[in-house]
Amino acid sequence: MTNSFPWLSLLLVLPLAGAIAMSFVPESTARWIALAATLADLCVALPLWWLFDPQTSQMQFTEHVAWINAPPIYYSLGLDGISLPLVLMTVGIMPLCVLASWNAITTRVRGFMAMVLVMETAMIGVFAALDFVLFYVFWEAMLIPMYLLIGVWGGANRLYAAIKFFLYTLAGSMLLLVAIFVMYYYGGHTFDILALSQGTYPAQLQMWLFLAFFAAFAVKVPMFPFHTWLPDAHVEAPTAGSVILASILLKMGTYGFLRFSLPMLPDASRFFTPIMVVLSIIAIIYGAYMALAQVDLKKLIAYSSVSHMGFVTLGLFVLNQQGIEGAVLQMVNHGITTGGLFLCVGIIYERTHSRLIADNVGLAAPMPQYATFLVIFALSSLGLPGTNSFVGEFLVLVGTFSWSKIATAVASLGIILAATYLLWMVQRVVFGVPSPHHLPTLRDLDQREFVTLVPLVLLIFWIGFYPNPIVSRMHESVTNTLASMSREKVAPTAHPSAGGTAPLLVDSDEQLEIQGGSR
Amino acid sequence: MSLYGTDLLALLPELIVVVTACVVIALDPITPASRRDLLAWLSVGALALCLGLTGWQISVENVRVSAFSDLVAIDAYARFWKILLYSVTGVTIVLSLPYLKAERIHLGEYYGFILLALSGMLVMVSAVDLLTIYLGTELMSISLYVMTGLNRSKPRSLEASAKYFVLGAFSSGILLYGISLLYGLAGSTKLASIAGAIGTRGTDDPLVLIATILIAVGFSFKLAAVPFHMWTPDVYQGAPTSITAFMAVASKAASFAAFIRVFVEGLGGLKADWSILFLIISILTLVLGNVVAIVQTNIKRMLAYSSIVHAGYVLVGFVAAGRGDGASGGTPGLASVMIYLAIYSFMTLGAFAVIGMLRKGGMEGEEIEDFAGLAKRQPLAAFLMLVFMASLAGIPPTAGFIAKFYVFMAAVEAGLAWLAAVALIFAAVSAYYYMRVVMVMYMRDPNPSSVAPPGLVTSPALSFVLACAVAGVILFGLFPNPLVSFALQSVLTFK
Repeated sequence: MTNSFPWLSLLLVLPLAGAIAMSFVPESTARWIALAATLADLCVALPLWWLFDPQTSQMQFTEHVAWINAPPIYYSLGLDGISLPLVLMTVGIMPLCVLASWNAITTRVRGFMAMVLVMETAMIGVFAALDFVLFYVFWEAMLIPMYLLIGVWGGANRLYAAIKFFLYTLAGSMLLLVAIFVMYYYGGHTFDILALSQGTYPAQLQMWLFLAFFAAFAVKVPMFPFHTWLPDAHVEAPTAGSVILASILLKMGTYGFLRFSLPMLPDASRFFTPIMVVLSIIAIIYGAYMALAQVDLKKLIAYSSVSHMGFVTLGLFVLNQQGIEGAVLQMVNHGITTGGLFLCVGIIYERTHSRLIADNVGLAAPMPQYATFLVIFALSSLGLPGTNSFVGEFLVLVGTFSWSKIATAVASLGIILAATYLLWMVQRVVFGVPSPHHLPTLRDLDQREFVTLVPLVLLIFWIGFYPNPIVSRMHESVTNTLASMSREKVAPTAHPSAGGTAPLLVDSDEQLEIQGGSR
Repeated sequence: MSLYGTDLLALLPELIVVVTACVVIALDPITPASRRDLLAWLSVGALALCLGLTGWQISVENVRVSAFSDLVAIDAYARFWKILLYSVTGVTIVLSLPYLKAERIHLGEYYGFILLALSGMLVMVSAVDLLTIYLGTELMSISLYVMTGLNRSKPRSLEASAKYFVLGAFSSGILLYGISLLYGLAGSTKLASIAGAIGTRGTDDPLVLIATILIAVGFSFKLAAVPFHMWTPDVYQGAPTSITAFMAVASKAASFAAFIRVFVEGLGGLKADWSILFLIISILTLVLGNVVAIVQTNIKRMLAYSSIVHAGYVLVGFVAAGRGDGASGGTPGLASVMIYLAIYSFMTLGAFAVIGMLRKGGMEGEEIEDFAGLAKRQPLAAFLMLVFMASLAGIPPTAGFIAKFYVFMAAVEAGLAWLAAVALIFAAVSAYYYMRVVMVMYMRDPNPSSVAPPGLVTSPALSFVLACAVAGVILFGLFPNPLVSFALQSVLTFK
């Protein structure tokens, strides 16, 4: 609305065009095309950061075109303060993924780059979609490219990891589809996400819908009992695949909770809060403990992801301003930091062809630059003050504190454990006694690898020292999400005494207003 | 009863198909083997003509025309199916050509039988009289029995034909028994009279229920719904691949068309009863079909179970139509069934076309393992198969997703959200065996022990048809509006 230029469609089309171009170019230029497409996308996305108006919770850069007539489904896109940082993170990470795959991928380069680009389109689409069906289409459309990325270009046990990833996520999202249909019939025959967020649903129904949403989003996050696909997928995926998974794909789950579960199903969200908090804390502690025991670097980072994503879901479900803002910030932070860690593992894997900690000991001497980057990412991941994760985790814990002091204390243990497993890893990998037969072959970072890692480090310190630009942009949207939760949304059927039709009328008026305003 | 010009005119497309079938069979003995292609192109030409005629009827005046004293009714509903059947048959003929030559069973009467089967199907979709529907069913089935056994040198083909014939005849007998009971009740075999008789006799009449069950069983055989699916895997595996494709698509679509008309127009008063019956059948079909498909190693057998499963999804839509009440009635459910079958036809035909193309040292490569490394040797064929498999699994943005979307949306609207949830969980199960094909194609290396590396047989026409199928699967996935509005408009017949 602030601008009639179709920014978001351009964002979606550019990578897709690059993917289609892959079928017409030779293998040798595929890398350059992919880099150009992702960088062009980044150039298109960056102006949005300044064009974005942080004073409002309205969707911005909206596009609204009829897609399917019966039932009414729209090609409807827009960004608010929650999705803007995630979209920018996505377009920022993707060029790094292409760069990281420059030498690592030697077979079927065109196919690989095409899949990476299709993933980019689908992921931006998930964060920008304002129509539930459109969201679902993007959500599912990334299954096959990711399946192929893991299965074709992955490690030794890739077939198992690929199908496990595919089936876990598909099974979860199938229930989401049913829930979408139910919402359509109870929410006034619309798939419009904003309108559905203003609707009222019977409390009993909300519980079922929440569980269906939970099935889809918790698998993606992944929350504690549903996390088992993650270590497998991470370990077997090529570096770019791991980065995409960790940095962006996992955020789609928490984004789903924030965009759908909280505003659409406030009663159920409140009802399930204790369970969600407990699951989050289990994930924090359990993920950290598992990470302590790992001998494989990628698996260690994968379990640390489970732990860190536990902080995000914890922040979301304490249902207050600090918690949610911390959670959104932590989504971005985790994308930056864990992306950096996976890139580091990829770099060392290209040299030693092993991801085992025991095979990569004492890198400080042969690879000083690399060691510096690894230490920075590790310190950021454990939440050292001055780095990005400190701000995010701090906000989450502040939010949790007002909900339950015990929960805060237990969750804080996760930070201590994170310091333990990360510092222990750094101690061995960076400062350990090197094994002599590796030393002669190890060369330090080349220019490409250096360029890949530098932007992430800059972001780590920028957010660490001055998070205000991001937080101020999401502030209004988070306030709006909480406001839409706190309104009386129980339908008259559930509480006959609760005041009849008044809330319904208010809702429908506001619904019109919001629908009108967003277009 | 005398013949009127208007009757013949109404059935002009059917007549063209029958006459062409006779001409093809008559020309076959005097056509040299080298020029048998012409018979195929003659058939395709006739189909194109019919397609044009029906398309013209739809665009000019899409109203109900009754013919032959109300034995057949050419209405919007029938025209939808006719358009689908012409296209599917034309595609089958085009994909048969290179396949039959490679299998060395390129016989002229093949095209004659396909057209005869088609004319049976055309009768099925437009008949409004139980006996006429029965005649159409038999014409279709007998042609299919013959074509299943076309590959006389292969014992498996003959076995399939015999099995199909025995079980098919058995199911036809059951169907006929049900029809005779209804005739006894209503004194007529016309659907409208039967609906009236059921109205006056009430729905509790045990005789009515028995007749309904018999007819349901008879049709369930044709639809290959569990527990009446036993013939499907053997027949699909044994029949020549092009015929398997034709059976999985055209015969299923026509059977569903007749089935829906009988149950909605004739037995609509018993909605509450048969929707429970088909609810159970659909769940059985989804569970058994999906679970058994997982363990298949032969891709034709796997697709046979997959076609059983898809019948289950269609039945979910049909149950939704039966349970739907209120303003929309069963319209969303029926429309979803039509959308589903139309999309199912194109993705299944595409998959079978790729299977038929795949050759392994003169033999047909129909084990899933034969696809190993296809992405390296034939990237385009592998990509097409990937699209068709993704569509069969219902992954957006393919048309298969749109198909599932409408069926499950109708189910939720009819208050069957739990059924949609169960069916979609099994859809996730089905993704396993579809994705296994993708996995074998893209992530396995070709089997080094195989003597001759698999190749492809193809023809320009087949490439064109495959391109159309894959474009259809993607375009209907992205822009389903035309298909959806066509189906919605066609289903108004039942309002």
